[in-house]
Amino acid sequence: MKHFVSGLAIAAALAAPALAQDGETKVIGVSIPAATHGWAGGMNYFAQAAVDRLEETYPQLDFVLATASDPAKQVNDIEDMVATRNIDALVVLPFESEPLTGPVQNVKASGAWITVVDRGLSQDGIEDLYVAGDNPGFGRVAGEYMAQAMPDGGKIVVLRGIPTTIDNERVEGFQAAIEGKNIEVLGMEHGDWNRDKAFTVMQDFLSKYPQIDAVWASDDDMAVGVLGAIEAAGRDDIKFVLGGAGMKEMVKRTMDGDAMIPANVTYPPAMIATAIELTAVGMVSPAPVSGDFIIGSVLVTPDNAETYYYPDSPF
Amino acid sequence: MTDAAAPAPRRIRMTVIGPILALVLLVVAGALMNPNFLGWDNVTNVLARSAFIGIIAVGMTFVITAGGLDLSVGSMAAFIAGLMILVMNSLVPTMGVGIPVILVGMAVALLAGLAAGLLNGILITRLGIEAFIVTLGSMGIYRSLVTWLADGGTLSLDFNLRSLYQPVYYGGIAGITWPIIVFAVVVVLGEIVMRSTAFGRHCAAIGSNEQVAKYSSVRVDRVRLTTYAALGLLVGIATIMYVPRLGSASSATGMLWELEAIAAVIIGGTVLKGGFGRVWGTVIGVLILTLIGNLLNLTDFVSPYLNGAIQGAIIVLAVVLQRDGKARA
Repeated sequence: MKHFVSGLAIAAALAAPALAQDGETKVIGVSIPAATHGWAGGMNYFAQAAVDRLEETYPQLDFVLATASDPAKQVNDIEDMVATRNIDALVVLPFESEPLTGPVQNVKASGAWITVVDRGLSQDGIEDLYVAGDNPGFGRVAGEYMAQAMPDGGKIVVLRGIPTTIDNERVEGFQAAIEGKNIEVLGMEHGDWNRDKAFTVMQDFLSKYPQIDAVWASDDDMAVGVLGAIEAAGRDDIKFVLGGAGMKEMVKRTMDGDAMIPANVTYPPAMIATAIELTAVGMVSPAPVSGDFIIGSVLVTPDNAETYYYPDSPF
Repeated sequence: MTDAAAPAPRRIRMTVIGPILALVLLVVAGALMNPNFLGWDNVTNVLARSAFIGIIAVGMTFVITAGGLDLSVGSMAAFIAGLMILVMNSLVPTMGVGIPVILVGMAVALLAGLAAGLLNGILITRLGIEAFIVTLGSMGIYRSLVTWLADGGTLSLDFNLRSLYQPVYYGGIAGITWPIIVFAVVVVLGEIVMRSTAFGRHCAAIGSNEQVAKYSSVRVDRVRLTTYAALGLLVGIATIMYVPRLGSASSATGMLWELEAIAAVIIGGTVLKGGFGRVWGTVIGVLILTLIGNLLNLTDFVSPYLNGAIQGAIIVLAVVLQRDGKARA
């Protein structure tokens, strides 16, 4: 009897690996910057939501989600994922391109699938899948809207973000789109994607220019500050403010037909969800998912605003 | 100043005139570069904008004079703003939109500020931990707390409540807005306390030599604790003025306010090592800092990428101007 039992045990032990082979659990690591500003907060929300949904849908997938407050912490997170969880795939939104390139390359060398989101690495060919927003397109869509909203031309001021490649690409796209459209850019200043900074900059624009027709705030956080400054100054020469990125409060105002916020341009933080979903599909099915996936910036108007309104998201 | 005392005042003169001279130079430069610079709107904008940092910097003057330092004020302001918004929003369903809710919000801000200041002060005086370390720690804690409260996003005040509360920033008496009035009151009180009370003299005594102050029966710990508590309370007052402006708080609120406040105090002639403080100097320091940003926005003089460099150069210059007198003496 005793022998029989141990015999069973051995048989079970032998069978176990074969069973595991069929439903082998694959681990996907997700490494993203912490929620330090509005857009990143939305991105964190959509990452968590995608992970929850996929874990339910695919029992054979396991997820490790880590948020980092600086590039060094993100490198540690990724090293820990490889060392302790032996990840099969990594979805990473790099804090900064340079410091993350080496560590991600090491993960690649271990045989894992690499998905890079939004900010590219400084070396080509590391990632299997690249999911990103379209920064020149973001500027272009905004510029085209400005030109179309003011067919007779007009005077505008521009608030820029933190001086970065992202900001430069957006502004170049914008300038190319308004070229020859009789739109005069009175001034451009950096508002650093910050409400308070934008408020101050806009107050000074208002003191400096007696006539402003419209404002390209280029970001919804900055649009909040700009609107505050305009309201306080009691100026009625400004016909509208164009923000960007699709913050829910702003999309709501567009949806409700607010004349000051007639439109928005998306730069969806939900792109992290696209990246996680595609990576998961690549892990569980034979469908090919490698390549570049660029998410276009879309113009939000009162007609389609409902599609871009996410009341549950923090952004 | 009498003629008999002429040699002595001449030595002090530069330290007194330095910051004022820098301010006057900035104002003249501004008036030449842009005709709107001295317009009523721009002047009130600049003064109202200075109020947040200014109110905090007055408190910081006392902390620094007593040989301390507080790095946590910026994140403390963000945290108090977040807390205030949460409390007020949660009271709207029960109390309705009205002045009582706003008064509760203000009380929360004052209490939270006082508590946060006391906490910093107790850790520094009772446990004897370096002020730099304690407040560096609380800076990180409050910054994380506000991010957590806002769930990584932005906390926004109930729209109707905001409309009701807005006059606290935008309204005022005879065209002078409330932030400016409150700032002025805080400055006058601060100047009186620093110059003509035992507390002010005790701060200076502790800052210049703690041991001697202790032997002279100054209650060192209590005075120090009071400076941090008062600073916390002033951060609460500044937040009360800040919240109605945009009606929101996020992890980006109050970023680097601590450094601006400290810079303003030093530009104004207070000694970073402690021992000597000047409240009116701090006001000049705050105005210089705000004016630089204002001027750079009003002119296309330099590339916006260089704003930080110009700001840095003027800060150093303002301090050099006043040290000049001492060096010659």
